[in-house]
Amino acid sequence: MVESAITNVLLCGIGGQGVLTASEILAEAAIAAGHDVKKTEVAGMAQRGGVVTSHLRFGPKIFSPAIPPGQADVLLAFELAEGLRWISHLKPTGIALVNTMRVIPPVVSTGLFSYPVDPLSDIRASGTRMVPIDAGGIAKELGNARLVNSVMLGAVAGALPFAPDSVKECLVKRFSAKKPELGVLNAQAFEAGRAAAVAGAKAA
Amino acid sequence: MKKKALPPAGTRLMMSGNEAVARAAWESGLALASAYPGTPSTEILEELTQYPDLNAQWAVNEKVALEVAIGSAVAGSRSLAAMKQVGVNVAADPLMSQSLAGVVGGLVLVVADDVGLSSSQNEQDTRFWGRFAHIPVMEPADAQEAFEMTKAAFDLSEKFETIVILRLTTRVCHVKSLVTVGERRAPNSEGGFTYDPNRWVLVPSTAKRRLPLQAEREKALKAESENSPLNVVEQGPDKRVGFVTSGPGYLHVKESFPDAPVMKLGLSHPAPFEAIRAFAGTVERLVVVEETEKLLETELKAEGIGCTGKDILPSNGELAPEILIPAIAKFLGESVPVRKLAHDSSLVFPRPPTMCVGCPHLGVYYTLSKLRRQVTISGDIGCYTLGALHPWKALDTTTCMGASLTMALGLDKGRLPKDADKSVVAVIGDSTFLHMGIQGLLNLVYNKGNATVLILDNQTVGMTGGQDHPGTGKDAYGMPAPKVDFIKLIEALGVKPERIHKINPYMMPVLFKTLKEEMAIPEVSVIITDQPCVLIEDHERFAPYTVIEEACTGCGNCLKTGCPAILVRKREKVAKNGKEQELAFVDIDISGCTGCGLCMETCGPDAIKRMVPPAKTPKEAQAHG
Repeated sequence: MVESAITNVLLCGIGGQGVLTASEILAEAAIAAGHDVKKTEVAGMAQRGGVVTSHLRFGPKIFSPAIPPGQADVLLAFELAEGLRWISHLKPTGIALVNTMRVIPPVVSTGLFSYPVDPLSDIRASGTRMVPIDAGGIAKELGNARLVNSVMLGAVAGALPFAPDSVKECLVKRFSAKKPELGVLNAQAFEAGRAAAVAGAKAA
Repeated sequence: MKKKALPPAGTRLMMSGNEAVARAAWESGLALASAYPGTPSTEILEELTQYPDLNAQWAVNEKVALEVAIGSAVAGSRSLAAMKQVGVNVAADPLMSQSLAGVVGGLVLVVADDVGLSSSQNEQDTRFWGRFAHIPVMEPADAQEAFEMTKAAFDLSEKFETIVILRLTTRVCHVKSLVTVGERRAPNSEGGFTYDPNRWVLVPSTAKRRLPLQAEREKALKAESENSPLNVVEQGPDKRVGFVTSGPGYLHVKESFPDAPVMKLGLSHPAPFEAIRAFAGTVERLVVVEETEKLLETELKAEGIGCTGKDILPSNGELAPEILIPAIAKFLGESVPVRKLAHDSSLVFPRPPTMCVGCPHLGVYYTLSKLRRQVTISGDIGCYTLGALHPWKALDTTTCMGASLTMALGLDKGRLPKDADKSVVAVIGDSTFLHMGIQGLLNLVYNKGNATVLILDNQTVGMTGGQDHPGTGKDAYGMPAPKVDFIKLIEALGVKPERIHKINPYMMPVLFKTLKEEMAIPEVSVIITDQPCVLIEDHERFAPYTVIEEACTGCGNCLKTGCPAILVRKREKVAKNGKEQELAFVDIDISGCTGCGLCMETCGPDAIKRMVPPAKTPKEAQAHG
């Protein structure tokens, strides 16, 4: 649980993974809990398969929108190497929830760069608390790869200074508005992510 | 087009700066908005299409956008033009002159500066235009301020009969924060266009008469700025450093130095020098925190107000607490805490932007990369600028919108003996061609240039997320609109009909052959590629391809298309003709594959096959009309 008055959540991943939607949902939950909220991301060329981050800050009053390096309370990584890339943004007391899925960019497939061999160990070596989440696997089990997002939201919900169910409510509301059965499915994904985070934290 | 439900007055909701500007403009009684898409400004006009009782338009370029807004404001209506920072260069002509004549209905020019260069060719500071054109500049720090200042800008514009620049930065445009919205004021309905050639017809004698009026207006605006509620002092107990700041710089100062006195400028030009002088007298040292260039600082020094700024802070890129805190500590002679990084993120591979899976530009750049040694390729602004990157590396220049065609003529006529045998190829997108390419092509033909022009018509403004333009047959609302006929237009510009070709870019052998032929002919040729962006509705997906594992020889040819759906399964080093060669055996991500078949065309051993039986291919679809 976060202790200071302001909570900094950094979400990271790559274009098209739903990082921004997840951030919107967390922002809604923060507003519902009565916080001042700022959320920032840089779009533009990043949409084309580039690195995407969303900085979410909430508390009594927020000035700067971006989280300085070393100041994030929570890192929510939608991709494994991205988790490693942004780990320095965490406070020493922070927690990282990392999707273990790997997304290989063309610069790696074409042999210009190599993907880190064991990013999880590198993240652990940085000394911060980390919970790996097999969000891709969980989403597949539930029958839809696009549920990764909701699995990760479930995973992070327990690390925030408000009731996890308020995140779930915002999530379900958003998807039910599209189709009621989507609401149900995303709620399942959320619960699976939540359970995975609890199990992962115990294992760590 | 389906419109969103409008939140009622009094609602407090999360809005980006761009959304807040749109809402506030509507509430201000806006009648007309015109814009050309450009990151980070694009969403302003997109949002405005969601509001009733106003006319929101995509213009073909920023000069056109501003002139349309000027016409509407001269007619008496509240009007808005929106663009990114480099767009103002295009719009500079009307901006500089209309400053003399001014406006009747309020005209707010919203300019979004891409501070930090997420998606631009330069990082110019829009605040200079206020000085250059003698018009006021407002600088909000976040969405709530963007909302309030948009309203204030319309009022100021009408009060002083001048265009007002609302200067945003990326961190205003795209940051979402809480905004309380209000009611709409009725649009202007009294008055109308007044015949007044001594004002509206800017011949030299008129301009000469208007110059002193412009100077008077600026003087009055200075007085306004001294007393503006947008320029405020926030007291603080730690008087070692007082800050003068504007825009997001204010947020970073408050975040970093909560106890410091701050003078915040909302109406930052003309600056309230007397108020700043008085503020300077209350603090030990004055530091100017501005994004990006040394502008206010220079003005303060010229006014005899001692201050520091860019000697200790960077003149480019975004400011942030992690920049301000150590800079001020050093300035005060305090020790600067060294932060130890948990992990060096530069060790992780980069993830540069790529073209999309199945993008119609992939075949074009694959083809160009095969002709690389024989051509100089002048490029333009859009997704296809990515052709400069690995693996294609098939772009030699990019400067600004439309420059591919004009620079092609210069590259042709100004060539030195070394390049005598090279062909010049210009690559430009559909929207960029309509923005500023038509004139360049006309000029290229007129001056008897020798270049092959590729117009990559993907039927949308791709880079900014898929906006419409006169080549798509839809307006800003998605409603049917007259559609330009590229071939007729190009013929009318003087390109010979036999030198104009329309080609499906997924048919690479045809593209290759046509390019080779046209490069050899010493005239202007135009090749239009005609397949849609994969991100728009008109794009059709086909059954995906897969790799027959046993058949793949690891040659890596398919990887040279740059399609992100092609993945390397394993690498092997082998000796071939005494040289070590690396083989890359591939796989295709079938969930991403659009079935375009491009990689299949590059595969010598025929190892790439369509997965599911007989779905039609893009080529077949084309063949069958």
